[in-house]
Amino acid sequence: MNYFAEAIAWLTDPANYIGPSGIPTRLAEHVQFTVVTVLIASAIAVPIGFLIGHTGRGRGLAVSISGAFRSIPTLGLLTLVALWVGIGLEAPYVALTILAIPPILAGAYASFEAVDRRTIDAARAVGMSELQIVQKVEIPLGLPLLIGGIRSAILQVVATATLAAYVANFGLGRFLFEGAKTLNYAEMLGGSIIVILLALVFDGVLALVQRLVVPRGVTAGRPRDVRSRPARSRAVMGTPIEEGKN
Amino acid sequence: MTWILSNLDMLGELTLVHLALCLPAIVLSFLIALPLGWLANRYRLSRGLLLSFCGLLYAIPSFPLLIVLPILVGVEIRSAANLVIALTIYGVALMVRVVADGLAAVDTDVRQSAVAVGFSGWSAFWRVELPLSGPVLVAGIRVVTVSTVSLATVGAIIGIQSLGSLFVDGFQRGIQAEIVSGIVLTIAVALALDALVVGIGRLVMPWTRRQKRNSKGENHLSDGDLSGESTVSTGSSRDASTSAEPAVTA
Repeated sequence: MNYFAEAIAWLTDPANYIGPSGIPTRLAEHVQFTVVTVLIASAIAVPIGFLIGHTGRGRGLAVSISGAFRSIPTLGLLTLVALWVGIGLEAPYVALTILAIPPILAGAYASFEAVDRRTIDAARAVGMSELQIVQKVEIPLGLPLLIGGIRSAILQVVATATLAAYVANFGLGRFLFEGAKTLNYAEMLGGSIIVILLALVFDGVLALVQRLVVPRGVTAGRPRDVRSRPARSRAVMGTPIEEGKN
Repeated sequence: MTWILSNLDMLGELTLVHLALCLPAIVLSFLIALPLGWLANRYRLSRGLLLSFCGLLYAIPSFPLLIVLPILVGVEIRSAANLVIALTIYGVALMVRVVADGLAAVDTDVRQSAVAVGFSGWSAFWRVELPLSGPVLVAGIRVVTVSTVSLATVGAIIGIQSLGSLFVDGFQRGIQAEIVSGIVLTIAVALALDALVVGIGRLVMPWTRRQKRNSKGENHLSDGDLSGESTVSTGSSRDASTSAEPAVTA
């Protein structure tokens, strides 16, 4: 417990809050890096995922590609890219964008697949065009699952960005590495606590968003006891898509 | 290539060390998750509490956890025990939900029949519910296996020997072949253990082999109502495949 007291002392020391390697700057770097990476990854993965989900084609390919990506150890990819492009922010951006794509892709196509076929057939029967079905039926109904995919991507990036401080001078991970180098356990522990809190805050906020985007019609008249359950499960609310952990 | 050939011994040794870290973590997380998952499925209160706690645990980044754990548990920071505990925590966090979902997917009619036929709660669990939720559990263990193997490399950054040491060493000395062989070996270990889990699953549950073929054949015909009614494994393994499958599809 003594160590925790020291870590708290480190966390509350005003000297650690100033300058380019102060806690606020590092925190901002970390958050900015995470958001930018996930935005880039979403820009790539969401359209592809929607296309796969809507047409139902190429699903097997997408599943196996993202499965293969997921078994790549993050630290290995990070150090390899860093050797290629050199020390600096480029390597983490490239490596982490690659890592963030599979969960978002999975979330995007799963979000379309989770929509009951009969709902889509009904939409088509009512006269909606394909584009309208995508915009007004599939996207709104699947949104919680898509957000779930983005949620696990964000958690993954927040975690791996800590490791990225190994190859670039940025982010909260610096405290962990600096502390390890100078045997300053208080700094390591203090940094760890901030990273953990940051991850939990991101997770909590996105869990909330996931809940909020559920269309009202889905939650309103949900039948209680139905003998024949729909073959395709309803959009699942509030659960992140279980992905590889980082 | 020359680097790899002249360091084969080290690569082999690190692979074994890596296995020694991952196997206990995978087995332990299954053993711990089983009762917890049962508990999570049993009562509404424990379900909410356990599942949200596991969600929180799972959200904790690994590198910081490796630094905080030694103080909480009292192990050496650079010890293998530290890493195994961390890996087990993540494995349990993932697996509890899978166990709970798997047990919940067992048809109520089947459970009631088991009671009617005279199974006690204990033997109904072991001889009816657990076997029927087997395919879901196997899917979950596969996810845990692959993610554990890849996650174990992170320990190298604080000096815990594993295949990850190849990344740290290769980066510091600028040897590309070392990092690449580390990545390839990690993926190979993950795939091998994944195949092992699938194999054990088939061995323990011989009935899934036949059903798999059935459900595949059915898939084209009955996206409609049939599969929802079938007793368990077709329906539940499909459920599992939406929640936990994306890991590795062989």
